[in-house]
Amino acid sequence: MERPATVTTAPDPRPAPFQLRGSVQTLLSLRLIAPADPDLFPLLRDKIAYNPDFYRDAPVIIDVAPVADSAPIDLEGFAAELRRLRLVPVGLQNGGPAWQAAARSAGLAVLAAGGRPATGNASVRPELVRGRPSVPQPRGAGLVIAEPVRGGQQVHCPNGDLTVLAPVSHGAELVAAGHIHVYGPLRGRAFAGANGDERAMIFCDQLEAELVSIAGVYLVSEDVDPRLRGRRVRVWCDSERLSIGPVP
Amino acid sequence: MSQVIVVTSGKGGVGKTTSAAAIAAGLAMKGKKVCVIDFDVGLRNLDLIMGVERRVVFDFINVINDGIRLNQALIKDKRVEGLYILPTSQTRDKDALSREGVERVIEELRQDFDYVICDSPAGIEKGAYMALYFADEAIVVTNPEVSSVRDSDRILGILNSKSRRAEKGEPPMKQHLLLTRYDLDRVARGEMLKLEDVLEILAIPVLGVIPQDDLVLQCSNLGMPVVLEPKSIAGQAYMDAVRRLVGETVELRFTTPPKKSFVNWLLRRTA
Repeated sequence: MERPATVTTAPDPRPAPFQLRGSVQTLLSLRLIAPADPDLFPLLRDKIAYNPDFYRDAPVIIDVAPVADSAPIDLEGFAAELRRLRLVPVGLQNGGPAWQAAARSAGLAVLAAGGRPATGNASVRPELVRGRPSVPQPRGAGLVIAEPVRGGQQVHCPNGDLTVLAPVSHGAELVAAGHIHVYGPLRGRAFAGANGDERAMIFCDQLEAELVSIAGVYLVSEDVDPRLRGRRVRVWCDSERLSIGPVP
Repeated sequence: MSQVIVVTSGKGGVGKTTSAAAIAAGLAMKGKKVCVIDFDVGLRNLDLIMGVERRVVFDFINVINDGIRLNQALIKDKRVEGLYILPTSQTRDKDALSREGVERVIEELRQDFDYVICDSPAGIEKGAYMALYFADEAIVVTNPEVSSVRDSDRILGILNSKSRRAEKGEPPMKQHLLLTRYDLDRVARGEMLKLEDVLEILAIPVLGVIPQDDLVLQCSNLGMPVVLEPKSIAGQAYMDAVRRLVGETVELRFTTPPKKSFVNWLLRRTA
């Protein structure tokens, strides 16, 4: 048996009390388009209400790319308002020096531009963006559920795809980082790409879902074309909009 | 081998207690030794429907909390041999049900009885959890309407995740659908869900379909399990369900409208 190469060192006299490591996390980012709009928080609250468990205590980055040129808002008050919605603001992204100063005084980290490139944002290097899809994200085999998912039950698959081989009832919730496949009727709610992956899709044998969502973009049952109800479909995200199409 | 069966539904008023009483009495009529327990602490109904409310001295809660022996609280039915009722308290609430106490009573009943039927309260609170926690099988009572079907679906999820069998990783609880108040005329007019519609959503085997029958109400007012009334079609359907429960193969009856014969038509006109 081949053993992995190791480097032997003298044993530490005592174990270190901590380890400082780099890690990669996918975070929610809240992009401010019109921060002064009085409807911002009511609308945000409505959005959260669709899947409170997903958003509860979720770390959030405030992305100010669309308003980077205007004067910074009262970030301290804004962050307090987010905390009231049980979001945890952790940092600011895509701001100029004035925004960055405001972020520091509000106790927020200043992050380098990243995540999804903001349109017209010169600070994102194109080669980085192009390079990203070729780096496969570490994904497990995901989760396969063979039993019916009943109303009130929640199935969460934090890595990879979620496959259900049985009906998903009204009031049930499926949450997956990757795709969601349902080999049966999908009557509950499905959240694919829950970590923000817009390439995730939802496939089901019989679309009767109360709500489908990909990377936070959602569609409620009422807004689904009635001709697609009960059909075998695929749901995908196409530039901030969900599309549904039949699958042969 | 003793079986503990919970009769549950989520929604109230669908016929849980009526069904628990009918199935317990039916099993006893098949020669089994049966005890039926009322878990609806504070709103006791089972002893009323079984017609034993005037014989209640001690109850389930006294056995759990007050050191009363089980056979002091068990009430023997005078009509059917082998049928016993464990009534609940009118004055206490669901907090009086401790998991350890319920377990002790159920384990003791398992020694003596072929079947222990747990009549669950409505809702998904403590009383309902306690009624289902120790069960080996579940009878989910559903009416042919959307809200009842949704609540039954929710209860099926709880049976699969919150019961002792689920928590211990034992084989899952056997689940049966009992569709009650099935009104053929209203189903035919599309005012009620069809059996097939309910099955499509719940996807569990059918134990029985109980037709709408006015005699059910009359029997419960008289304190008599409906299986004791031979004229009742609901009673006959419950007996069919009992036969299926003990493993017999019985075809479903009362699920299609009776043939419209001239005599029936005449009877309807004169009625």
